[in-house]
Amino acid sequence: MTIRRHHDMGGLDAGSVDSSEHDYAMWEKRVDAIVKVLSTPERKLLSTDELRRGIEELGPGVYDELSYYERWISSATNILLEKGTITVDELATKMAEVEARWTKDRESAS
Amino acid sequence: MSAGRYHPGDRVRVREAFPPGHVRTPYFVRGCAGEVQECAGAYPNPEELAYGRDGKPDIPLYRVSFLQSEVWHGYDGPGADTIVIDIYEHWLEPAQ
Amino acid sequence: MSHDHTHDHDHDHDDAHPYQPDIEDFPFSERMVMTQAVAELIIEKGICSADELRAQIELMDSREPGLGAKLVAKTWVDPDYKARVLEDVAAAAAEIGIDIGEIPIKAIENTDDVHNVVVCTLCSCYPRMLIGLPPDWYKSRAYRSRTVKEPRKVLEEFGTHIADDVEVRVHDSTADLRYIVLPARPKGTEGWDEAKLAELITRDSMVGVTPAKSPEDI
Repeated sequence: MTIRRHHDMGGLDAGSVDSSEHDYAMWEKRVDAIVKVLSTPERKLLSTDELRRGIEELGPGVYDELSYYERWISSATNILLEKGTITVDELATKMAEVEARWTKDRESAS
Repeated sequence: MSAGRYHPGDRVRVREAFPPGHVRTPYFVRGCAGEVQECAGAYPNPEELAYGRDGKPDIPLYRVSFLQSEVWHGYDGPGADTIVIDIYEHWLEPAQ
Repeated sequence: MSHDHTHDHDHDHDDAHPYQPDIEDFPFSERMVMTQAVAELIIEKGICSADELRAQIELMDSREPGLGAKLVAKTWVDPDYKARVLEDVAAAAAEIGIDIGEIPIKAIENTDDVHNVVVCTLCSCYPRMLIGLPPDWYKSRAYRSRTVKEPRKVLEEFGTHIADDVEVRVHDSTADLRYIVLPARPKGTEGWDEAKLAELITRDSMVGVTPAKSPEDI
Protein backbone atom coordinates (compact mmCIF):
# COMPACT_ATOMS: atom_id res chain seq x y z
CA MET A 1 0.00 0.00 0.00
CA THR A 2 1.77 3.12 -1.11
CA ILE A 3 0.86 6.76 -1.49
CA ARG A 4 2.32 8.61 -4.42
CA ARG A 5 1.57 12.29 -4.25
CA HIS A 6 0.62 14.08 -7.41
CA HIS A 7 3.67 16.29 -7.75
CA ASP A 8 6.03 13.35 -7.20
CA MET A 9 6.07 12.38 -10.84
CA GLY A 10 9.51 10.96 -11.53
CA GLY A 11 9.16 7.83 -13.63
CA LEU A 12 5.56 8.27 -14.72
CA ASP A 13 4.73 8.05 -18.41
CA ALA A 14 4.29 11.30 -20.30
CA GLY A 15 4.39 12.59 -23.83
CA SER A 16 7.34 14.10 -25.64
CA VAL A 17 9.00 17.19 -24.25
CA ASP A 18 7.66 20.35 -25.85
CA SER A 19 10.67 22.60 -26.05
CA SER A 20 8.79 25.79 -26.94
CA GLU A 21 9.28 28.60 -24.45
CA HIS A 22 7.46 31.72 -23.40
CA ASP A 23 8.96 34.95 -22.17
CA TYR A 24 8.10 35.54 -18.56
CA ALA A 25 5.23 38.00 -18.17
CA MET A 26 5.67 40.87 -15.76
CA TRP A 27 3.16 39.42 -13.34
CA GLU A 28 5.11 36.15 -13.23
CA LYS A 29 8.31 37.99 -12.42
CA ARG A 30 6.40 39.82 -9.74
CA VAL A 31 5.29 36.52 -8.16
CA ASP A 32 8.90 35.40 -8.13
CA ALA A 33 9.97 38.66 -6.51
CA ILE A 34 7.21 38.55 -3.90
CA VAL A 35 8.25 35.07 -2.83
CA LYS A 36 11.93 36.00 -2.68
CA VAL A 37 11.30 39.17 -0.72
CA LEU A 38 9.01 37.47 1.81
CA SER A 39 11.59 34.71 2.28
CA THR A 40 14.51 36.90 3.32
CA PRO A 41 16.14 35.87 6.61
CA GLU A 42 15.05 39.17 8.16
CA ARG A 43 11.41 38.52 7.35
CA LYS A 44 10.88 34.75 7.16
CA LEU A 45 7.23 35.29 6.25
CA LEU A 46 7.42 32.44 3.77
CA SER A 47 10.03 29.79 3.04
CA THR A 48 10.73 27.89 -0.16
CA ASP A 49 9.79 24.72 1.68
CA GLU A 50 6.43 26.14 2.74
CA LEU A 51 5.84 27.32 -0.82
CA ARG A 52 6.56 23.86 -2.18
CA ARG A 53 4.37 22.21 0.43
CA GLY A 54 1.58 24.62 -0.38
CA ILE A 55 1.88 23.82 -4.07
CA GLU A 56 1.75 20.10 -3.32
CA GLU A 57 -1.39 20.66 -1.29
CA LEU A 58 -3.23 22.39 -4.13
CA GLY A 59 -4.41 18.96 -5.23
CA PRO A 60 -4.13 17.08 -8.51
CA GLY A 61 -6.76 18.92 -10.57
CA VAL A 62 -5.68 22.41 -9.63
CA TYR A 63 -2.01 21.49 -9.90
CA ASP A 64 -2.44 20.47 -13.52
CA GLU A 65 -4.73 23.32 -14.54
CA LEU A 66 -2.60 26.13 -13.20
CA SER A 67 0.60 27.33 -14.78
CA TYR A 68 3.85 27.35 -12.83
CA TYR A 69 3.57 30.85 -11.38
CA GLU A 70 -0.16 30.50 -10.86
CA ARG A 71 0.74 27.63 -8.54
CA TRP A 72 3.33 29.79 -6.81
CA ILE A 73 1.00 32.68 -6.09
CA SER A 74 -1.82 30.35 -5.02
CA SER A 75 0.43 28.62 -2.53
CA ALA A 76 2.10 31.78 -1.28
CA THR A 77 -1.22 33.51 -0.74
CA ASN A 78 -2.64 30.55 1.17
CA ILE A 79 0.37 30.54 3.46
CA LEU A 80 0.17 34.27 4.08
CA LEU A 81 -3.49 33.81 4.99
CA GLU A 82 -2.68 30.89 7.31
CA LYS A 83 -0.15 32.98 9.14
CA GLY A 84 -2.27 36.10 9.26
CA THR A 85 0.23 38.18 7.33
CA ILE A 86 -2.76 39.22 5.29
CA THR A 87 -6.38 38.51 6.08
CA VAL A 88 -9.06 37.06 3.84
CA ASP A 89 -11.01 40.29 4.16
CA GLU A 90 -8.07 42.47 3.17
CA LEU A 91 -7.41 40.26 0.19
CA ALA A 92 -11.05 40.26 -0.86
CA THR A 93 -11.18 44.03 -0.76
CA LYS A 94 -7.89 44.49 -2.55
CA MET A 95 -8.62 41.93 -5.26
CA ALA A 96 -11.95 43.60 -6.00
CA GLU A 97 -10.20 46.96 -6.16
CA VAL A 98 -7.51 45.70 -8.54
CA GLU A 99 -10.03 44.02 -10.77
CA ALA A 100 -12.19 47.12 -10.92
CA ARG A 101 -9.20 49.30 -11.67
CA TRP A 102 -7.96 47.04 -14.45
CA THR A 103 -11.40 46.68 -15.97
CA LYS A 104 -11.77 50.43 -16.03
CA ASP A 105 -8.29 50.84 -17.52
CA ARG A 106 -9.06 48.30 -20.20
CA GLU A 107 -12.33 50.01 -21.04
CA SER A 108 -10.73 53.43 -21.26
CA ALA A 109 -7.94 52.05 -23.43
CA SER A 110 -10.20 50.50 -26.03
CA MET B 1 31.50 18.50 5.82
CA SER B 2 29.66 17.26 8.88
CA ALA B 3 30.39 13.84 10.34
CA GLY B 4 27.25 11.94 9.38
CA ARG B 5 26.45 8.31 9.69
CA TYR B 6 27.39 7.35 6.11
CA HIS B 7 30.55 7.74 4.10
CA PRO B 8 31.49 7.63 0.41
CA GLY B 9 31.31 4.08 -0.84
CA ASP B 10 28.74 2.91 1.72
CA ARG B 11 25.88 0.84 0.36
CA VAL B 12 22.59 2.25 1.54
CA ARG B 13 18.94 1.52 0.94
CA VAL B 14 16.18 4.13 0.80
CA ARG B 15 13.44 3.58 3.36
CA GLU B 16 10.36 1.96 1.99
CA ALA B 17 7.95 4.40 3.58
CA PHE B 18 5.14 6.30 1.87
CA PRO B 19 3.85 9.01 4.16
CA PRO B 20 1.71 11.90 3.03
CA GLY B 21 3.07 15.34 3.70
CA HIS B 22 6.09 17.16 2.36
CA VAL B 23 8.79 14.64 1.49
CA ARG B 24 11.86 15.31 -0.63
CA THR B 25 12.74 11.67 -1.28
CA PRO B 26 11.14 10.81 -4.62
CA TYR B 27 8.65 7.96 -4.72
CA PHE B 28 10.50 6.16 -7.49
CA VAL B 29 13.66 5.54 -5.44
CA ARG B 30 12.09 4.26 -2.24
CA GLY B 31 13.32 0.80 -1.36
CA CYS B 32 16.22 1.05 -3.83
CA ALA B 33 19.83 0.37 -2.88
CA GLY B 34 22.67 2.60 -3.98
CA GLU B 35 26.12 3.85 -3.13
CA VAL B 36 26.93 7.00 -1.21
CA GLN B 37 29.01 9.39 -3.33
CA GLU B 38 29.52 12.11 -0.79
CA CYS B 39 28.02 13.92 2.13
CA ALA B 40 26.88 17.26 0.75
CA GLY B 41 26.59 19.05 4.06
CA ALA B 42 23.85 19.18 6.66
CA TYR B 43 20.71 21.26 6.40
CA PRO B 44 17.54 21.92 8.36
CA ASN B 45 14.93 19.26 7.71
CA PRO B 46 12.73 20.39 4.79
CA GLU B 47 9.88 18.21 6.12
CA GLU B 48 9.78 20.49 9.14
CA LEU B 49 10.52 23.77 7.37
CA ALA B 50 7.54 23.06 5.14
CA TYR B 51 5.23 23.45 8.11
CA GLY B 52 6.81 26.59 9.48
CA ARG B 53 9.07 24.92 12.02
CA ASP B 54 12.80 25.49 12.16
CA GLY B 55 13.89 22.04 11.01
CA LYS B 56 16.68 21.83 13.57
CA PRO B 57 18.92 20.02 14.21
CA ASP B 58 20.43 19.93 10.73
CA ILE B 59 20.34 16.58 8.98
CA PRO B 60 23.22 15.29 6.83
CA LEU B 61 22.43 15.19 3.12
CA TYR B 62 23.98 12.51 0.91
CA ARG B 63 24.43 12.25 -2.82
CA VAL B 64 23.55 8.62 -3.50
CA SER B 65 24.14 6.91 -6.83
CA PHE B 66 21.82 4.18 -8.11
CA LEU B 67 22.15 1.99 -11.18
CA GLN B 68 19.25 2.83 -13.46
CA SER B 69 18.83 -0.86 -14.21
CA GLU B 70 18.13 -1.39 -10.50
CA VAL B 71 15.71 1.51 -10.17
CA TRP B 72 13.57 0.84 -13.24
CA HIS B 73 12.22 -2.50 -14.26
CA GLY B 74 13.26 -2.94 -17.89
CA TYR B 75 15.47 0.17 -18.04
CA ASP B 76 16.23 0.75 -21.69
CA GLY B 77 19.87 1.77 -21.71
CA PRO B 78 23.41 0.64 -20.95
CA GLY B 79 24.07 -1.05 -17.63
CA ALA B 80 26.46 1.67 -16.53
CA ASP B 81 23.82 4.44 -16.57
CA THR B 82 23.15 5.88 -13.12
CA ILE B 83 20.97 8.34 -11.32
CA VAL B 84 22.24 10.42 -8.42
CA ILE B 85 19.76 11.73 -5.89
CA ASP B 86 20.22 13.97 -2.86
CA ILE B 87 18.77 12.13 0.13
CA TYR B 88 18.58 13.07 3.79
CA GLU B 89 20.11 10.71 6.32
CA HIS B 90 16.84 9.74 7.99
CA TRP B 91 15.62 8.30 4.69
CA LEU B 92 18.58 5.91 4.43
CA GLU B 93 19.39 2.59 6.03
CA PRO B 94 22.53 0.50 5.67
CA ALA B 95 22.31 -2.12 2.90
CA GLN B 96 24.37 -5.19 2.14
CA MET C 1 1.09 21.65 -19.00
CA SER C 2 -1.18 24.65 -19.02
CA HIS C 3 0.23 27.95 -20.14
CA ASP C 4 -0.75 31.25 -18.73
CA HIS C 5 -0.07 32.77 -22.06
CA THR C 6 -1.71 36.11 -22.49
CA HIS C 7 -0.46 37.08 -25.88
CA ASP C 8 -3.65 36.35 -27.78
CA HIS C 9 -4.73 39.59 -29.33
CA ASP C 10 -8.08 40.24 -30.85
CA HIS C 11 -7.54 43.93 -31.19
CA ASP C 12 -5.35 45.88 -33.52
CA HIS C 13 -1.80 46.47 -32.37
CA ASP C 14 -1.72 49.80 -34.07
CA ASP C 15 -4.27 51.31 -31.69
CA ALA C 16 -2.65 53.92 -29.46
CA HIS C 17 -3.06 52.08 -26.17
CA PRO C 18 -1.68 53.98 -23.24
CA TYR C 19 1.07 51.91 -21.64
CA GLN C 20 -0.19 49.91 -18.72
CA PRO C 21 2.59 49.57 -16.20
CA ASP C 22 0.84 46.92 -14.18
CA ILE C 23 -0.29 44.46 -16.77
CA GLU C 24 1.26 43.05 -19.87
CA ASP C 25 -1.86 42.24 -21.70
CA PHE C 26 -5.55 41.50 -21.56
CA PRO C 27 -7.43 39.43 -20.53
CA PHE C 28 -6.25 39.24 -16.99
CA SER C 29 -6.62 36.09 -14.94
CA GLU C 30 -7.60 35.53 -11.32
CA ARG C 31 -4.04 34.80 -10.35
CA MET C 32 -2.79 37.97 -12.01
CA VAL C 33 -5.27 39.91 -9.90
CA MET C 34 -4.20 37.95 -6.83
CA THR C 35 -0.55 38.72 -7.53
CA GLN C 36 -1.21 42.43 -7.85
CA ALA C 37 -3.35 42.41 -4.73
CA VAL C 38 -0.73 40.63 -2.65
CA ALA C 39 2.00 42.95 -3.93
CA GLU C 40 -0.01 46.03 -3.04
CA LEU C 41 -0.98 44.67 0.37
CA ILE C 42 2.55 43.83 1.43
CA ILE C 43 3.72 47.26 0.32
CA GLU C 44 0.85 49.03 2.10
CA LYS C 45 1.59 47.10 5.26
CA GLY C 46 5.21 48.16 5.13
CA ILE C 47 6.41 44.58 4.83
CA CYS C 48 8.49 45.65 1.87
CA SER C 49 8.76 48.56 -0.50
CA ALA C 50 7.87 48.78 -4.16
CA ASP C 51 11.56 49.51 -4.80
CA GLU C 52 12.58 46.26 -3.19
CA LEU C 53 10.22 44.26 -5.35
CA ARG C 54 11.46 46.10 -8.40
CA ALA C 55 15.08 45.47 -7.43
CA GLN C 56 14.39 41.78 -7.01
CA ILE C 57 12.84 41.62 -10.49
CA GLU C 58 15.86 43.44 -11.91
CA LEU C 59 18.17 41.04 -10.13
CA MET C 60 16.54 38.04 -11.75
CA ASP C 61 16.45 39.82 -15.11
CA SER C 62 20.21 40.25 -14.82
CA ARG C 63 20.78 36.54 -14.37
CA GLU C 64 21.02 34.78 -17.67
CA PRO C 65 22.95 31.92 -19.25
CA GLY C 66 25.83 34.19 -20.28
CA LEU C 67 26.99 34.26 -16.66
CA GLY C 68 27.24 30.50 -16.47
CA ALA C 69 28.85 30.44 -19.91
CA LYS C 70 31.54 32.82 -18.70
CA LEU C 71 32.27 30.52 -15.77
CA VAL C 72 32.35 27.40 -17.94
CA ALA C 73 34.57 29.04 -20.56
CA LYS C 74 37.10 29.87 -17.87
CA THR C 75 37.13 26.24 -16.71
CA TRP C 76 38.00 25.24 -20.25
CA VAL C 77 41.12 27.41 -20.40
CA ASP C 78 42.23 27.21 -16.76
CA PRO C 79 42.44 23.75 -15.16
CA ASP C 80 43.10 25.22 -11.70
CA TYR C 81 39.97 27.33 -12.01
CA LYS C 82 38.05 24.24 -13.04
CA ALA C 83 39.27 22.47 -9.92
CA ARG C 84 38.07 25.39 -7.82
CA VAL C 85 34.68 25.36 -9.56
CA LEU C 86 34.30 21.66 -8.88
CA GLU C 87 35.18 22.27 -5.25
CA ASP C 88 33.07 25.37 -4.57
CA VAL C 89 31.01 27.11 -7.23
CA ALA C 90 30.10 30.06 -4.99
CA ALA C 91 33.71 30.98 -4.33
CA ALA C 92 34.80 30.41 -7.92
CA ALA C 93 31.90 32.45 -9.28
CA ALA C 94 32.74 35.27 -6.89
CA GLU C 95 36.26 35.36 -8.35
CA ILE C 96 34.73 36.47 -11.64
CA GLY C 97 32.26 38.86 -10.10
CA ILE C 98 29.19 36.62 -9.91
CA ASP C 99 27.39 36.42 -6.56
CA ILE C 100 25.26 33.29 -6.60
CA GLY C 101 23.55 34.03 -3.30
CA GLU C 102 22.73 31.61 -0.52
CA ILE C 103 21.67 28.46 -2.30
CA PRO C 104 24.62 26.18 -3.05
CA ILE C 105 25.28 25.17 -6.65
CA LYS C 106 27.34 22.13 -7.51
CA ALA C 107 29.20 21.78 -10.80
CA ILE C 108 29.22 18.40 -12.51
CA GLU C 109 31.62 17.79 -15.33
CA ASN C 110 30.92 16.03 -18.60
CA THR C 111 33.84 13.86 -19.67
CA ASP C 112 34.59 11.26 -22.33
CA ASP C 113 33.04 8.70 -20.01
CA VAL C 114 30.11 10.50 -18.42
CA HIS C 115 27.33 12.72 -19.71
CA ASN C 116 25.35 14.48 -17.00
CA VAL C 117 21.79 15.76 -17.18
CA VAL C 118 19.87 17.59 -14.46
CA VAL C 119 16.20 17.48 -13.52
CA CYS C 120 14.08 18.30 -10.49
CA THR C 121 11.26 15.75 -10.46
CA LEU C 122 9.55 17.18 -7.38
CA CYS C 123 9.29 20.81 -8.42
CA SER C 124 11.73 22.68 -10.71
CA CYS C 125 14.87 23.55 -8.79
CA TYR C 126 17.36 25.18 -11.12
CA PRO C 127 20.64 27.14 -10.78
CA ARG C 128 18.85 30.43 -11.47
CA MET C 129 21.43 32.70 -9.99
CA LEU C 130 23.99 31.44 -12.49
CA ILE C 131 21.93 30.87 -15.64
CA GLY C 132 18.65 32.73 -15.11
CA LEU C 133 15.09 31.46 -14.91
CA PRO C 134 14.34 28.00 -16.28
CA PRO C 135 12.61 27.35 -19.59
CA ASP C 136 9.06 25.99 -19.59
CA TRP C 137 10.13 22.55 -20.70
CA TYR C 138 12.36 22.08 -17.65
CA LYS C 139 9.27 22.57 -15.47
CA SER C 140 7.00 20.40 -17.60
CA ARG C 141 5.43 17.13 -16.63
CA ALA C 142 7.09 15.38 -19.55
CA TYR C 143 10.60 16.45 -18.59
CA ARG C 144 10.18 15.88 -14.89
CA SER C 145 8.58 12.46 -15.32
CA ARG C 146 10.65 10.97 -18.11
CA THR C 147 14.19 12.27 -17.70
CA VAL C 148 14.84 10.06 -14.68
CA LYS C 149 13.46 6.94 -16.31
CA GLU C 150 14.45 7.32 -19.98
CA PRO C 151 17.11 10.01 -20.15
CA ARG C 152 18.54 8.85 -23.49
CA LYS C 153 15.14 9.14 -25.16
CA VAL C 154 14.64 12.61 -23.70
CA LEU C 155 18.10 13.63 -24.87
CA GLU C 156 17.27 12.37 -28.37
CA GLU C 157 14.27 14.69 -28.35
CA PHE C 158 16.74 17.52 -27.87
CA GLY C 159 18.81 16.17 -30.74
CA THR C 160 21.44 14.68 -28.46
CA HIS C 161 22.76 11.18 -28.98
CA ILE C 162 25.05 9.72 -26.33
CA ALA C 163 27.08 6.64 -27.30
CA ASP C 164 26.42 3.44 -25.39
CA ASP C 165 29.91 3.42 -23.95
CA VAL C 166 29.34 6.78 -22.27
CA GLU C 167 27.46 6.69 -18.98
CA VAL C 168 24.40 8.89 -18.80
CA ARG C 169 24.16 10.17 -15.26
CA VAL C 170 20.93 11.86 -14.21
CA HIS C 171 20.89 14.19 -11.21
CA ASP C 172 17.58 14.75 -9.46
CA SER C 173 18.02 17.92 -7.42
CA THR C 174 15.70 17.05 -4.59
CA ALA C 175 17.27 19.04 -1.80
CA ASP C 176 19.05 22.32 -1.28
CA LEU C 177 21.70 21.78 -3.94
CA ARG C 178 21.29 23.07 -7.46
CA TYR C 179 23.38 21.71 -10.31
CA ILE C 180 25.19 23.14 -13.29
CA VAL C 181 26.68 20.87 -15.92
CA LEU C 182 30.13 21.76 -17.23
CA PRO C 183 29.82 20.66 -20.86
CA ALA C 184 32.90 19.23 -22.54
CA ARG C 185 35.01 21.56 -24.62
CA PRO C 186 34.38 20.84 -28.30
CA LYS C 187 37.16 19.89 -30.70
CA GLY C 188 38.48 22.54 -33.04
CA THR C 189 38.56 25.32 -30.43
CA GLU C 190 42.28 25.33 -29.69
CA GLY C 191 43.54 28.83 -29.06
CA TRP C 192 40.08 30.38 -28.75
CA ASP C 193 39.75 33.09 -26.14
CA GLU C 194 37.21 32.84 -23.31
CA ALA C 195 34.71 35.22 -24.86
CA LYS C 196 34.61 33.21 -28.07
CA LEU C 197 34.41 29.93 -26.17
CA ALA C 198 31.49 31.28 -24.14
CA GLU C 199 29.47 31.61 -27.36
CA LEU C 200 29.49 27.82 -27.62
CA ILE C 201 28.13 27.31 -24.12
CA THR C 202 24.35 27.32 -24.23
CA ARG C 203 21.85 27.18 -21.41
CA ASP C 204 20.77 23.75 -22.61
CA SER C 205 24.34 22.47 -22.41
CA MET C 206 24.53 23.61 -18.78
CA VAL C 207 21.36 21.67 -17.97
CA GLY C 208 22.81 18.73 -19.84
CA VAL C 209 20.21 18.15 -22.55
CA THR C 210 22.72 19.07 -25.25
CA PRO C 211 26.48 19.27 -25.53
CA ALA C 212 28.10 22.65 -26.09
CA LYS C 213 27.89 23.94 -29.65
CA SER C 214 30.66 23.08 -32.08
CA PRO C 215 32.67 25.67 -34.01
CA GLU C 216 30.64 24.74 -37.11
CA ASP C 217 27.44 25.79 -35.32
CA ILE C 218 28.34 29.47 -34.93
